[in-house]
Amino acid sequence: MANKHKVSLTIDGNPMTVPEGTTIMEAADQLGIHIPRLCYHPELSLAGSCRVCIVDVKGMGYFMTSCSVAVWEGMEVQTNSPEIRQARRDIVELLLDNHPRDCQTCERDGNCELQNLAFSMGVRTRFFEGERKQFPVDKSSHSVVRNPEKCILCGRCVRVCAEIQGVCNLSQHGRGFDTVVGPAHLAKMDDSVCIQCGQCINVCPTAAFLERESTDPVWRALADPELHVVVQTAPSIRAAIGEGFGMAPGTPATAQMITALRRLGFDAVFDTNFGADLTIVEEAHEFLTRLKDGPLPMITSCSPGWVSFMEKFYPELIPHASTCRSPMSMLSALSKTYYAEKMGLDPSKIFMVAVMPCVAKKYEANRPEHADEQGRPFTDAVLTTRELIWMIKCYGISLPSLPPGEFDAPLGISSGAGDIFGSTGGVMEATLRAAGKLITGKPGYRLEFTEVRAVEGLRELYVALGPQNVHVGVANGLQNAKVLLDKVVANPDELHVIEVMACPGGCIGGGGQPYPPSGKILDPEVLRKRAEALYTIDKSKKLRESYDNPAIGELYDNYLDEPGSKKAHKLLHTHYSARLPRGIR
Amino acid sequence: MSTSTDNRSQVEAQSREVLGPKVVEFIEQCHADPEPAGKLIAVLHEVQAEFGYLAPDHLDAVAQLLRVPAAKVAGVASFYHFFRLTPRGRHMINLCLGTACYVKGADQIAHRLQDELGITFGETTPDGMFTLEGTRCLGTCGLAPVMMVDADVHAQVTPDQVPGILEQYLREDKPDRQ
Repeated sequence: MANKHKVSLTIDGNPMTVPEGTTIMEAADQLGIHIPRLCYHPELSLAGSCRVCIVDVKGMGYFMTSCSVAVWEGMEVQTNSPEIRQARRDIVELLLDNHPRDCQTCERDGNCELQNLAFSMGVRTRFFEGERKQFPVDKSSHSVVRNPEKCILCGRCVRVCAEIQGVCNLSQHGRGFDTVVGPAHLAKMDDSVCIQCGQCINVCPTAAFLERESTDPVWRALADPELHVVVQTAPSIRAAIGEGFGMAPGTPATAQMITALRRLGFDAVFDTNFGADLTIVEEAHEFLTRLKDGPLPMITSCSPGWVSFMEKFYPELIPHASTCRSPMSMLSALSKTYYAEKMGLDPSKIFMVAVMPCVAKKYEANRPEHADEQGRPFTDAVLTTRELIWMIKCYGISLPSLPPGEFDAPLGISSGAGDIFGSTGGVMEATLRAAGKLITGKPGYRLEFTEVRAVEGLRELYVALGPQNVHVGVANGLQNAKVLLDKVVANPDELHVIEVMACPGGCIGGGGQPYPPSGKILDPEVLRKRAEALYTIDKSKKLRESYDNPAIGELYDNYLDEPGSKKAHKLLHTHYSARLPRGIR
Repeated sequence: MSTSTDNRSQVEAQSREVLGPKVVEFIEQCHADPEPAGKLIAVLHEVQAEFGYLAPDHLDAVAQLLRVPAAKVAGVASFYHFFRLTPRGRHMINLCLGTACYVKGADQIAHRLQDELGITFGETTPDGMFTLEGTRCLGTCGLAPVMMVDADVHAQVTPDQVPGILEQYLREDKPDRQ
């Protein structure tokens, strides 16, 4: 009976037995035979469109795509022969012949899958000259730049946008040579339902999608003696920046990162974690108010991709979103008020840089709500993890060998609750830590809530905090979030608190994180290791609860009065509104 | 649940206005189907029958009312040759580009038509008079090269006849034209 669901075959002469339904590519992977691939992605649906993964199956008479063909009993597969290598090379050559010849000046130079593929296939000459696709670059979005000339129509962005994010902003338009990927009517990204999450950038094998660069204004500010240049780094940067310097995923690099930032010339190095601690204190206060007056559930609003998604796809849920600004915007607002006053600095001479794992943060920084009364943005520039890695390399700094550094007081002091904000379930866990203490009156009531870490993308459960049973939901990846959001639409009184992070795995999987090796994008293993780094940092800290952060206490005593005060509202809270075009969910 | 932050009813009302009652009714019938999204092409045919072409506003309205993402609707509309994304001219020119006509010089007719009209295939003249389309075999190879203007067949056309043929239709519309 057991054999009924097993299939025996040979790949390159190696006999093997695999479960029925296994594809040729998966079977070859098990043997350590890596069949080249391009449109295939393990976390996305099959497309079978690039034809790079072709193999020779005996008796078939034509080459088959190994990603989409399931093995059968007695199958004899040849993955390498002069004919197959030639056919694959022809396919890659044809892709290259309709692709710009600007590798040396391309942002993906060195980590482009097409470039790597061409090299590994032995493409050394270009035989064909002819018409090449010509499309304008779309730089309308603050976050995502779309360059269809670099597109090879693999469709990974179309699939990630639809299947992982549930946004479905991208589609192939036209046909044949004129086919182009973009939003409906090839509208500007800024006028589309794009939520700026940047997952299209992460999965793109070439440079058809990139973040909108912000390094130039940062270099200029660093060189300007008039400016006091402040930087803050989000929790997930420390968990991933090392990857850009050859360190294994999941290696925390907080201390070296701080030193690198000082060497780049930043005058103060702050920690977005401080903003995270402050978010917890303000959100806990907001939650207690909502418990009395509603509406519940309260939904977190730190993730700007999620905020955009809510405004375009679920505007009826706006009253449920916490009014707290994100940790980034809170910290930026305080740098130009509290910190400026404390240091006797002119706020207009402070240049605030935020390093984020996220491209949607670039959009958030430009929202008019996050600006002072003169309309000057609280955050002047947002760099992604990738951009910071490049700046450090450009400066000639070798991050792994740097001596450790420490964040500056007061906006660099944080609890472990702030660190875990970068991972799915982290905001919820930090909230529960604080709420446990508030509800039971016992400090350190419970520090770890491993049950809310939604590594699989979606979790809904009850958490007992003393007498109170809190019904919580956690989701990452907006397709997962829809399950919880639809529940709230149908029955608003069911849940108490929901955490939504737009990107898979949370901020650690953000659209601005380092490009992992080919095939490891969206890889649950890489995401798990980055998350582990954050939980390790949290565990190693003495200070683990946001309420215990002495710098937060000082901020309220000397500046904000109390959580939810008038001043706190002005500086730390915001509002949202429905936006068009309305998305179809 | 409906609150003041929800814009769904406004968006849908606007979409109904764009498509008009006939198409809206057709879409409502589609919702009786277990897979309304599967009716997308049928809906697009209906819209084109009503308006002559599919404007971005039409496609967005179909997306809202059929509840299919706009990128998908626009992707489908732009893929199929039959769907027109720009308004049609008053007169439809179909030049046969099939093998027989091509051998008999359809390419020269094509050049002359494009020169005279100042447009390429798939386009409409700025004054809205002519739309130029290439077509495959019209089934009258004996008359090659052949072109149709609306329902009229023009047989064995030479490049020099092109201006006169066009003029004929312009004069029909404006009899006082000299």
